[in-house]
Amino acid sequence: MKTESKLEKVLASGNLAVTSECGPPRGALPDKVKEKAEMLRGYVDAVNVTDNQTAMVRMSSFAACVIIKQMGLDPILQMVTRDRNRLAMQADILGAYAHGIDTMLCLSGDHPHFGDHPQAMNVHDIDSIQFVQMVHTMREEGKFMGGDDILNPPQMFIGAAANPFADPFELRVARLAKKAKAGVDFVQTQCIYNLDKFEQWMKGVTDRGLHEKVHVLAGITPMKTVGMARYMKNKVPGMDVPDEIVDRMAGVSKEKQAEEGIKICVESIQRLKEVEGVSGFHIMAIEWEQKVPEIVEKAGLYPRPEIA
Amino acid sequence: MEQFEPVVVAFCCHYCAYTAADMAGSKRLPYPANVNIVRVPCSGKVDAIHLMKAFEKGADGVYVAGCLEGDCHFKNGNTQVARRVAYIKKLLDEIGIGGERLEMFYMSAGMGERFARVATEMTEKIRSLGPNPTKSALNKNRGEAVA
Amino acid sequence: MITAERKPLEEIIASVKPFQRILLVGCNECVTVCAAGGRKEVGLLASALQMHFMTEGKTINIKEITLERQCDPEYVEELSVHMDQADAVLSMACGCGVQEIARRYKEKPVLPAVNTKFMGASERQGVWAERCQGCGDCLLGLTGGICPIARCSKRLLNGPCGGSTTGKCEISPEVDCVWQLIWDRLKALGMEDRYEDIMPAKNWQTGRGGGPRKIIREDLVE
Repeated sequence: MKTESKLEKVLASGNLAVTSECGPPRGALPDKVKEKAEMLRGYVDAVNVTDNQTAMVRMSSFAACVIIKQMGLDPILQMVTRDRNRLAMQADILGAYAHGIDTMLCLSGDHPHFGDHPQAMNVHDIDSIQFVQMVHTMREEGKFMGGDDILNPPQMFIGAAANPFADPFELRVARLAKKAKAGVDFVQTQCIYNLDKFEQWMKGVTDRGLHEKVHVLAGITPMKTVGMARYMKNKVPGMDVPDEIVDRMAGVSKEKQAEEGIKICVESIQRLKEVEGVSGFHIMAIEWEQKVPEIVEKAGLYPRPEIA
Repeated sequence: MEQFEPVVVAFCCHYCAYTAADMAGSKRLPYPANVNIVRVPCSGKVDAIHLMKAFEKGADGVYVAGCLEGDCHFKNGNTQVARRVAYIKKLLDEIGIGGERLEMFYMSAGMGERFARVATEMTEKIRSLGPNPTKSALNKNRGEAVA
Repeated sequence: MITAERKPLEEIIASVKPFQRILLVGCNECVTVCAAGGRKEVGLLASALQMHFMTEGKTINIKEITLERQCDPEYVEELSVHMDQADAVLSMACGCGVQEIARRYKEKPVLPAVNTKFMGASERQGVWAERCQGCGDCLLGLTGGICPIARCSKRLLNGPCGGSTTGKCEISPEVDCVWQLIWDRLKALGMEDRYEDIMPAKNWQTGRGGGPRKIIREDLVE
């Protein structure tokens, strides 16, 4: 074991891991964090906390992770390179570890163009791959990026994002290889609707033996309405929503769409369980966190294993 | 109160618009004397600064007349000047002169009627717009210079 | 070249309003190439300003001059004979030129007439695009001659990110995903295996991040 991370333990035990997501509130509202996280207790192994997602200011991921840790749950600190330089990132990692946070996700982050502060400077002192390298060096060599020794270096279980659906497709396995080279332990993919394409990507991943170095958690997001399906198909970069999904959502009455969305979601999980190299699932039910327990149950992933 | 007689400058290309003007003349088609024709070898010869200087020197309206689209004697002089006209129209709006005082027209050498109609319509449009807003200052200064 | 765009006219008008005699100075190099501040643009701006103030019933005195460059003291010196007859200088050069004029003629207000944008190249007539951010440590040899620092919206050195869509950047379909371009170029050059080399974190000290920069050539300094 490289770290104390619960997620690492679940993955090492050979069980399929389940993670979900908690988006912090747009205000100093600790109770909102507790409310959302509480819904997930017992149904997930770890909870991602997003970092100024879609470039809109929210309570910091670090702060929300501390709240979640204090609830007895296992948070995954998401950190983007968009808003901080390498000093701030290393400082926050030390701070997070000091609070018992031992799992993190290293990301670039959505461009400020999309958010509520488009005039802000885009930091990107380092990119997500250099970020993974940095956290890996902190753990394995006990050194800061500048070369000095760290007193009690943080032992972070390192994650990153993977998007099999972005262009160019031919590079998407190579990108995972690069992240593996940099020292990543696990990846969570962009939400999957095009299962064929995902399986194609996984084949590339397993052909290169990357699944033995990196745990792949398949991203899943339930559709709530046909409007959401269309929006994600047409307006979200890097998202691949096949027509069949949109048609299925459109084919049922408005009241039944949410149910159909959950059905599609559970079917996907069942199919993906059989795909070689898939180590678990990352369920992102944005503003619909209350459905996660239902999805986990229906997909046969409940109860979560008790790992010492 | 004497009626305002606009001063309109028309840059006309030798091959088409100017010949159309000639045609209008030989056919005895009337068009206002307000239009002052400047013959150029191609409408594309007209540069942005010429348009600006015409207004600066007191023209109330300016237009460029070139060959029909696709028929420019020099291939694409007319499309090049059309872009300049569009650019200067915007500039004239920004400085308070008004881009509607500047226009681009296309005609062939045989279109005497069109030449006369354009000249008449443009003059009337400028008449209704009133004098070039810079004029009051110009006249004032001219008055001071003379005095 | 250094590219620039003329400031909105109302901004220029507001800045020259307090002055009666303006020395309008253009530059024959970069801003001429990108049609922002060369001899032609000086002529147009002078005419535009003159006409605007005439509509307000006042005439101003504008002297038009276009220097070879405004970023070299020898050329800036050529303005000295005109300074007595000017209340202010309106420069159409990039920020470098404006500052050099201000540095030499300390007692005259020097105003910029253009917004300096970026170091770029002509894509085709009338279109200029950003190419270089002056990072001070050029890595173009590693990326097939295409710069991810200047052309990636997130300055990724190990791109593309997950937002790259059909060769375009997530921020706009008008912006190319430079990592798609780099990948295509690496393929064309037979250098695909370079892609998995991890480019280490950049040392931003060689760029603006390290402070304002200077180059000194000992062999040329008198």
